[in-house]
Amino acid sequence: MLDVVAYGAFFLTTALSYALICLGLNLQWGQTGLFNVGVAGFVAIGAYASAMLTTPAGGNHFGGYGLPIAVGWIGAIIASGLAAAVIGAITLRLRADYLAITTFGIAIVIQLVALNAQAITGGPFGIGFIPRPFASLAEYALGFDLANLAVVALVTLAVFLALERLVRSPWGRVLRAIREDETAALSLGKNANRFRLQAFVLGSAIMGLAGAVQGHFIGFIAPENYLSAITFQTWAMLIIGGSGNNRGAVLGALVVWGLWSASGAAMTTIFPPEQQARAAALQIVAIGVVMSLILLLRPRGILGEEMTVSRHLDGET
Amino acid sequence: MSLQFIADGLLIGAMVGLGAIGVTLTYSILGFANFVHGEFIAWGAYACLVIAGLIGLAVGADIAPLGPFSIGWTILVAAVIAMAFTGGLALALDWLLFARLRKHGNAIVLVMASFGASMALRSLLEFLFTSEPAYFSRDIQIAIPLGLGIRVTPDQMLMLGLTAVLVTAMHLLITRTAIGRAMRAVSENPALARVAGIDVAGVIRKTWLIGGALACAAGIVAGITVQIRPFMGFDLLLPMFAAAILGGIGSVPGAVVGGLIVGLAESCAVQFVGAEYRAAVAFLLLIAVLLVKPAGLFGRGDA
Amino acid sequence: MTTAVLRAEAIVAGYEPDLPILNGASFEVRDREIVALLGPNGAGKSTLIKAIAGLVPISSGVVTLAGEEITRLPAHVLIRRGLGFVPQTENVFTTMSIDDNLKLAAAVLEKPRRGPRIAAMYAMFPALAARRHLAAGRLSGGQRQMLAIARALLVEPKVLMLDEPSAGLSPKVAAEVFENLLKIRASGVAIALVEQSVRAALSIADRAYILAEGRNRHEGAAADLCDDPVIARLYLGGDPTAARANP
Repeated sequence: MLDVVAYGAFFLTTALSYALICLGLNLQWGQTGLFNVGVAGFVAIGAYASAMLTTPAGGNHFGGYGLPIAVGWIGAIIASGLAAAVIGAITLRLRADYLAITTFGIAIVIQLVALNAQAITGGPFGIGFIPRPFASLAEYALGFDLANLAVVALVTLAVFLALERLVRSPWGRVLRAIREDETAALSLGKNANRFRLQAFVLGSAIMGLAGAVQGHFIGFIAPENYLSAITFQTWAMLIIGGSGNNRGAVLGALVVWGLWSASGAAMTTIFPPEQQARAAALQIVAIGVVMSLILLLRPRGILGEEMTVSRHLDGET
Repeated sequence: MSLQFIADGLLIGAMVGLGAIGVTLTYSILGFANFVHGEFIAWGAYACLVIAGLIGLAVGADIAPLGPFSIGWTILVAAVIAMAFTGGLALALDWLLFARLRKHGNAIVLVMASFGASMALRSLLEFLFTSEPAYFSRDIQIAIPLGLGIRVTPDQMLMLGLTAVLVTAMHLLITRTAIGRAMRAVSENPALARVAGIDVAGVIRKTWLIGGALACAAGIVAGITVQIRPFMGFDLLLPMFAAAILGGIGSVPGAVVGGLIVGLAESCAVQFVGAEYRAAVAFLLLIAVLLVKPAGLFGRGDA
Repeated sequence: MTTAVLRAEAIVAGYEPDLPILNGASFEVRDREIVALLGPNGAGKSTLIKAIAGLVPISSGVVTLAGEEITRLPAHVLIRRGLGFVPQTENVFTTMSIDDNLKLAAAVLEKPRRGPRIAAMYAMFPALAARRHLAAGRLSGGQRQMLAIARALLVEPKVLMLDEPSAGLSPKVAAEVFENLLKIRASGVAIALVEQSVRAALSIADRAYILAEGRNRHEGAAADLCDDPVIARLYLGGDPTAARANP
């Protein structure tokens, strides 16, 4: 019985950390109509920033200042936000799909740096000994799992509530106006790109926070955690759960992570251990097919609203 | 200083350029950045491998390589069939997914769908063939010195030659034939094209066929000169996008020149800096183009 | 009564199905006629010919060409039936040469006719022949309009519809365009043109329709409409006497 609870806590903690990423993604896509294909990159920046700030000295990487976890998380937010500010400043004034390609590229480069700049990031060995919240409870496995769950849940709830308020604020209304009809919004004298940049930076900062949260939950990060699979999974979560809707983002994360775990368990029983990598590939195929079906049959996802995105995708005004 | 990087750069440029032609055509005629193009490359290479193997089985005897090259006639025949197959795969994907999404208007959803579909297709390859690299031939080829420190294998020269032929054929197709004019027209102004009597749906179908076939060719070049693995197309995506944008979306010569520039830049980086950051070169080129002249070298300026 | 070559009856059309721009507009063009479609901004004149050309969805109404119904045929089929359309803007392929623009248009014809028809267009528009390898984007406004018309005329349509052919052109160049339209009518092609430049349109038209808010308001012989002061003030933007004093 306790095992189930422990597993449940572990499952929920991971799912909620993904939900956090999806909330950031929803701000960029659902509210603002930006297609960010570099989710994995911003998550990685946050994870590594926090790791460098909070790990004890003597590690095989840059940093190791042993700072408190909260400082690490704030550092993650700032680092990802800054990266997004730079990328956004360059590309947001261009076509929407140029943003997609550029964010796609940035994620690849970030993963490359994480893998190769060994002195800074620990290279393929990653960074370990990342302090966990409530580390003192480590012996009480169940209590530890539940405490971690509580932390992640609290952070996700806080971000969720903050975003819900933001969505209903004047700022949120301007974003939606820009998303739906850019010419009308511009005629109101609003600088569309400034608002888009703000949404892009804030969304990426949230993704960075999620990366840090995940890192501190597991205690260890490595470049292979931040491949395009994360980008794909979170997009699938948002599309299936309902884009444009924060609750949809959280629901999508829970649903897709549930499907992923369930199918993963099924794979372990069906396929022998040597074939596990191939089985994992099949999971991705399944998610991809579901995502395509949703886009074809019910584009708004489970909970999402009908979305109108401005036809003015080319950034020209 | 060895000029080997020029030869290496040309070879990479050939792969990237062939793929970039398809990217630039689909981008300008269909209006979206197609992430699945990388998978056409990978599927094309695997298709050629499988078909060549099947032909070899059917024939029964061991297939001897032709001349100084490492490939036998089965691969050449399989290549043609594979190109048709990949063109068909592209058509099928359009029919299943993109054509239906096009009706609802929003271009960015097409990009999104292509991203999801590319992941699914790549993983399907991984499931079918595992992520272990595969090869058309295990023969080791001796590189022939050409002077100035450059050495190329016969296979590499063959692939470069075939690429030159394909690229020339594409250029003639676009500039001298009716279908080429129709494609240029649709890429500039689909509504006017309709009014002028062009069946835009037919042009779109042919674009997918051509794009898919060219991607397959790029995959075969990569498969023969390097190796075949599920991620081979994905790894070429960023360089292809960079090449297409650098050359100017819609320009076939631009895609080729862009590909050569990307290829040479990558090989320069490998020779003088190190191989680890190869992928970053394409990204830096992309950022540079977007900052300086987003319309690209031969672009129309309406990007 | 001469039969209509092109007839549009009670057309309801618009980009969004529940927001029609046209609310039951009609007109017809008879053999060897020039018909002008006039009216204030937003009247729907351009939308009407675009709808007939297959570029704007038609919700209800009937369009017939030489007796056959063509109401919802796709645009690329209409040109083969003999309906030519010259849009107002973006009416040539700027990245292609004049020659390629014409070859593209000629692809609709059977092979033997293509060469002769292209030659015929060059004969009719020598300014184009002199620049045949120039990209259409490098042409002047008047030359572009010529190419746009040549492109549609090449396939020997029964009816040619033009959307504001004089827009953006100087009066002298616009006059050349209208000269050409008269020649085209003389060669046996019926013409429907939407125009903002009322004087010029009425000077070459046989009949005219006045539309407003997506509906027909008036119609009649061009000369009659020209002289009617009420109509002039209501729909044609001004006092006709002042207009005649400043040709």
